[in-house]
Amino acid sequence: MGMQRHRREVSVAIAIALFSAVLAAAAPAFFAAENLLDLFLANLPVVIIALGMTIVILTGEIDISVGSIFAICGVAAGVLAKAGVPLPLVAAGACVIGACLGGLNAALVARARIPSIVATLATMVALREGLRWLTQGAWIQDLPANFQWLGLTQAGYPVAVAAVAILLAAAGAWILGHLPAGRAVYAIGSNRDAARLAGLRVPAIAASAFVLLGTLTGLAALLNAVRFNQIPSNAGLGLELKVIAAVVVGGTSITGGRGSIAGTVLGVALLGMIGPALTFLGVSAYWERAIQGAIILTAVAIDAFRVRPPSHAAAVAAARA
Amino acid sequence: MLLDAQGVTKAYAGVQALRHVSFDLRPGEVHALVGENGAGKSTLIKIMTGAVQADSGALSVSGQRVAHMTPALARALGIAAIYQQPALFPDLTVAENIALALEQGGGWSRIDWPRRRRHAAGLLQRVGAAIDPDRLGDSLSMPEQQIVEIAKAIGADAKVVIMDEPTAALTDREVDSLFAVIARLREGGAGVVYISHRLEEVFTLADRITVLRDGETIATEPASAFTRQSLIAMMIGRELSAVFPKRPVPLGEVALEVRHMRNRAAGLRDISFSVRRGEILGLAGLVGSGRTQLAETLFGLTPKDDGEIRRDGRVVAIDSPAAAIAAGIAYVPEDRRQHGVVLDMSVTSNASLASLPQVSRYGLIDRGAERRAAQGHVARLRIKTASIDSEVGTLSGGNQQKVALARWLSASPAVLILDEPTQGVDVGSKAEIHELMQQLAERGLAIVMISSELPEILGMSDRVAVMHAGAIRAILNRDEATPARVMALALAESDGDATAPS
Repeated sequence: MGMQRHRREVSVAIAIALFSAVLAAAAPAFFAAENLLDLFLANLPVVIIALGMTIVILTGEIDISVGSIFAICGVAAGVLAKAGVPLPLVAAGACVIGACLGGLNAALVARARIPSIVATLATMVALREGLRWLTQGAWIQDLPANFQWLGLTQAGYPVAVAAVAILLAAAGAWILGHLPAGRAVYAIGSNRDAARLAGLRVPAIAASAFVLLGTLTGLAALLNAVRFNQIPSNAGLGLELKVIAAVVVGGTSITGGRGSIAGTVLGVALLGMIGPALTFLGVSAYWERAIQGAIILTAVAIDAFRVRPPSHAAAVAAARA
Repeated sequence: MLLDAQGVTKAYAGVQALRHVSFDLRPGEVHALVGENGAGKSTLIKIMTGAVQADSGALSVSGQRVAHMTPALARALGIAAIYQQPALFPDLTVAENIALALEQGGGWSRIDWPRRRRHAAGLLQRVGAAIDPDRLGDSLSMPEQQIVEIAKAIGADAKVVIMDEPTAALTDREVDSLFAVIARLREGGAGVVYISHRLEEVFTLADRITVLRDGETIATEPASAFTRQSLIAMMIGRELSAVFPKRPVPLGEVALEVRHMRNRAAGLRDISFSVRRGEILGLAGLVGSGRTQLAETLFGLTPKDDGEIRRDGRVVAIDSPAAAIAAGIAYVPEDRRQHGVVLDMSVTSNASLASLPQVSRYGLIDRGAERRAAQGHVARLRIKTASIDSEVGTLSGGNQQKVALARWLSASPAVLILDEPTQGVDVGSKAEIHELMQQLAERGLAIVMISSELPEILGMSDRVAVMHAGAIRAILNRDEATPARVMALALAESDGDATAPS
C-alpha cells in the first residue's frame, strides 16, 4: 500500500490544492467562512450518498435511482414531522424508507438478476413518477419548528452534520479496510467468478451494498430537508449524476474492484467547488458543466489507460486453446 | 496439392505449441489429424485458417505460397473451418448467418432478401437438412448449428474443409448425414481435414492419418497402415521422462466418498468413487468428458440432482461453494485468470480470500496475521513476487497458480480438487507444484487431480479414474494404469482388445 495505490487520491488532492491556490490569489473572498459553509452544506447530501455509491460501484454494480429515493425520503420525513412524530423517529423513518427502496433495487439486481443499470433506471423513473402522483406535485410546507435545523441552532447544525459526515466516511473506510465484508466488496468487483469460487456470498454482499446506499440516501434526504422551510417533491433531480461523477473522479473504477472512500470525498470536494469558484473568478457559470465534464473525462481516460496491456492475457488464452 | 504446410513452428508466450510440423491435403481426400489434448491440433488449424500466425514454416494453398495468412485470405482461397463449437450469430436468422459468411459487397449494397433465403434453402437442402432459413441462430440445436456451418462451407465452394470434432454433439443419425455430406464434398474434389477423438470415425473416413504429439509430427501414413493399437501407441508414445516426486504415503480414512451422483444439467451420469486421506486420485479423460463438471458439482457450483456426497463418512449437502468450503472441500479451478485469482488484488488479499474468518479476530481482519500468513506462503511455495503487496496480475502464470493454491492451504481443507494444476505453467514451477501436492498428501489431504497430461496423471496419482461421456469408465490402481490403458478407456475403445479393461 504505497503511493502507487493512492495515486488517484493524491492527484485529486493536488488538483484541489492548485485550484485553491489560484482562488487564493485571484478571488480570496472564496475562502470566506460563510462561503465555505454554504459550499459544505450544499454538498453534504452528495458526499453522504457518494459513500454508499462507492461501495455499490466497488462491487461492480451501479444505482442511478438515488435521486428519486432522495426525493421520496425527503417528502416522507416532512410528512412524518408534520404528523407530530418526534425527530429521532422521523430520522429513523427516512433511513428505513431509504433502506427499503435500496432493498427493492437489491432484490431486482441480486435476486431477479436484472443488470443494475436497467433495474435502477426502472426504479428511478417509477419511484419519481409514483411520488409525483402521490403528492400531485405539491411541496410539503408548514413544517414544525423543531424540524428545522434538526431542532438545533442554525450555528449548531453544521457542526452536528459535519460530525455525522466525518463519522460516516471514517466508518466506510474502516469497513472497506478492516472487515471481511469490505474485502469481499473489492473481490466481487474485480473478479466475481473467483470471489464465488472462494466461497464468498456474492448476491448477499451486493444486496447489502444497495440497502446501505438506500439508508444513506434516506439520511442525506433528512439532513438536507431540515435546512429549508418547505420540501420540494421534485428534489434530487440529477443527483445521481453528481454522485457517480464524484465517485469516478475520486478514482473508483466504474467496473468495480478499485477505489477508496478518501478518493470519493476528494472527488466530491473537487467537483463541488468548481461551480462557486467560477462565480468568484468571474467566469460565466455556463462553463461549470463543461469543466466538470472535462474532469470526469480525464478521470475515465486515466482509468482506460491504466488497464493492463492485453497482450499477455491474450497470449495465455491462445496457448490454452 | 490443395494445402501444404511445411516445417511449421509456433510458440505461445514461451510454450512451444508446434515444432516443425508438416501437413498436406490432396483433392478428394479425407486427411485425419489425431493426437492427445494439447498435441497441437488446434494450433495447426488456426495457422491454416489464418487465426494465428506461425513463427516459421511455409504454407501453400493450391501450389501458391502464402506469406501471410489471414482469416479473410483463407476464406478467399477456399479454406473453411467448422469448429466443435459452432460460431453462429444468435440474433440473426439462418439465412443471414449464411449470407454474412458468403456474400461479397460493401456495407451499402442493397440486400436481396428473397435471393438470400433461396440461397440458404438450397445449401441446406444440399446438406440434406430440413432447417427453416428464417429461424434465429440461437433457436437451433447444437447439431443444427453444426449443419448450418457446413452449409456455409459448401456455399463458399470451399476446397479445403477443416472439421474439428464435428461429431462431438451429434447423434448417430446426424453423424450418418454428416458422413454423407463429407462423401459429397470429396466427390466434388474438395479435401477434408478431419479431427476427431473417435477412432472408429477416423478409420471409417480417413484416407490418410497424421499423428501429432507434443507439437511434433509423429507419422503421416495411409489409414490402412495403422491399427487402433498402433495409433493409440503413437498418440501417447512418449516415455514418462519427467521425474515425479511421488513417494508412498500411508493412506488414512476415506475423506470423500461419492455415491451414485448425477447431475443432468452438467451431463454427469451415476458417479461413484472415494478418496482417502493422503491419496491422490487422478481424473483422466478427454476434454468434454465431464471432469471439470464433476469438480464443479462436488464444489457446489452446479449442485447435483441425485446421489450423495460423504465427507469423513457423513452425508453433506453441498449446494454452494460456501457449503463445500464449510465441508472442508477446496477447488482450484482450471482457468486461473478467470476463476482462480483476483488479478487486481494483492498477493496477501488473494491468499486470505477463502480464509478471512481464520485471519480475523472479533470479526476484524487482523492485518498482521494476514501478512504473516502471506509471507509464510510466499516462502513455502516459493512464490516469486516483488512483495506480498504486489498485485497478482503482475506475477507469472506459475506463480499465480501458487497463489491460488495458497488461498486454499490457508483454509486448511481436507479435500483438495485441482483442475489442470500445471496447465500453461513453466517447467520449474510445474515441478514445484508437483512437490507441493506430494507434501500436501503427506500431511493427510485427499487430493483429486484433473489433468489432460497423461504423464502427470500417471506420475502423481495413487489411483486413476478415467472419465468418458460424463461417467467414470474405470478406476485403475497405480500399477494397472498404463498409458495405453488409460488412453483406450478415455477414447471409449470398447472392443475386447488387449488394451481394454478386464
